[in-house]
Amino acid sequence: MFVLVENVRELLKAHEGIIHEVYLDNENSTIVPQEVVDAMLPYYGRKAYGNPTLTHKPGWEAFETVMESQQKLSKFLGAKILEELTFTPSETEANNLAIIGAAFANKAKGKKIVISEIEPINVLQVAEMMQKYGFTTAKVPVNAEGTIDLEKLKEAVDKETVLVSIQVVNNEIGTIQPIKEAVSIVKENNPSAVFHTDASDAYGRIPLNVQNLNVDMATVSSFKIQGPRGIGALYIREGVNVEKILEGQIGTQKLWPGIENTPLIVGFTKASELAFTDFDQNVNRMRSLRDKLVDGIFKELTDVKLNGARGEKRSPDNANISFLRAEGEALTIELSLSGIYVSSGSACSRRLLQPSHVLVAIGRRFSEAHGSILMKTTRYMTEEDIAYVLEILPNAVNRIRGIVGGTGVD
Amino acid sequence: MEDASVVAVAGNPACGDMITLYLKINEQTVVEKATFESYGCAANIATASIVTEMIKGLTLENAWKDLTWKKVTEEVGGLPSVKFHCGILAVGAVKRAIRKYHEEKGTTPDWLPKDLTFEEKQAIEEEELAKTLSKRLKAEEKQS
Repeated sequence: MFVLVENVRELLKAHEGIIHEVYLDNENSTIVPQEVVDAMLPYYGRKAYGNPTLTHKPGWEAFETVMESQQKLSKFLGAKILEELTFTPSETEANNLAIIGAAFANKAKGKKIVISEIEPINVLQVAEMMQKYGFTTAKVPVNAEGTIDLEKLKEAVDKETVLVSIQVVNNEIGTIQPIKEAVSIVKENNPSAVFHTDASDAYGRIPLNVQNLNVDMATVSSFKIQGPRGIGALYIREGVNVEKILEGQIGTQKLWPGIENTPLIVGFTKASELAFTDFDQNVNRMRSLRDKLVDGIFKELTDVKLNGARGEKRSPDNANISFLRAEGEALTIELSLSGIYVSSGSACSRRLLQPSHVLVAIGRRFSEAHGSILMKTTRYMTEEDIAYVLEILPNAVNRIRGIVGGTGVD
Repeated sequence: MEDASVVAVAGNPACGDMITLYLKINEQTVVEKATFESYGCAANIATASIVTEMIKGLTLENAWKDLTWKKVTEEVGGLPSVKFHCGILAVGAVKRAIRKYHEEKGTTPDWLPKDLTFEEKQAIEEEELAKTLSKRLKAEEKQS
């Protein structure tokens, strides 16, 4: 999107004097806590600064650091050996590697890729892109809660199916999928089909173990657990064939060329350790704050709808709410001027000017998708943060509703 | 506006971009009052707001001739290219309102072209696009 930096500076100026800031757009980036920054800082200086494949002290130090990190993350995911984990620059690259790499490596077995209708863009578009190379794509529908239709999955997976990719937790609406059951269905129909799951929104928020789920590949992302941006990882079960998708100098990561980014790997590992130490307490905090946020909004406003599943079938951090008679992008700006940062599934906020495909797939009307706001709580947020949001948000919604009047209401 | 002489709508909620324009026009065909409702993003609200400011006090003829989407874009201090359509839609709504006013009065001033202007055509195109999108989504639903 082409935006003039002068205009953005003016916008930023309008934010001067904000007294309280609450960052709820943890879907799209996050605040990296000081303890994670502190863990990374030495690695930007003189600690383990070498290339981990080279034969000198800084190289061996880097090798040791990367291997220790890989070991720790493998354990958090339930991988058997550390070689099953590949660091990638983010969730996007991990999902690209999983889909392109596994589809090409196994193309002799079949050329059909099965995904759900509500996969993230970095799965959806990659699967569609593979059509250029003779692959076909089938999309399994979801119900109104966003849960995949297992019967339709059963119909979709056949002998031609090379790869299936379904998220554990949907990144927009927080619905937790029955992945274990999905894997059984896929393997029953076609034991050689590779099952990938993007677990970025499950990691650190719901119990997650690749052995229990029986998946062949799983993506995780650092910033989604309040680690630094620019680092993610792909778990690939030993024995599953995946080709590398980029060419270049191979180091410790056999499927991802280039020099390992040791500071980011350290930050990702530190954030994971923090998420998994006191896991239950962290999750309870996210859930309690999320519930207060949602309950407060429903108490203060009429014509609001929660998007996605409720209760145990929903990720503890996710709140996705449609504010009818309000347009989401306008609301994000209105809230920003008061220090509350959220994102929207509105068409206006997207480059293609089409509403969120996830909200459309669960049967939301356009007006509901356009008025949707996505918020995610973290283990670092406080009761005061939520109280502040509940003080500001209802007025902001009412102000936007005042401008809308009766226009665009279906 | 309760005493509006003409009300025009442009855009479609499917695009999340729709405005309703209310004009009060006096006997000299001067726009006495102009208000709007906007179901859309900040750029949609801003351009709708600015067109109501720009046409207040103008005769319909001058409003028709003076208003272009480029001027509106300049008046709001520039827009990113992805938001140009918001300004076009706002101008489309004004032109639609003026045309509708004369149709309802049964008058045909010389300056009012029979052919639709760029902004009016664009407004229709956006509405059609939204309809196509709706139809496609409904068709996909039926298939699955």
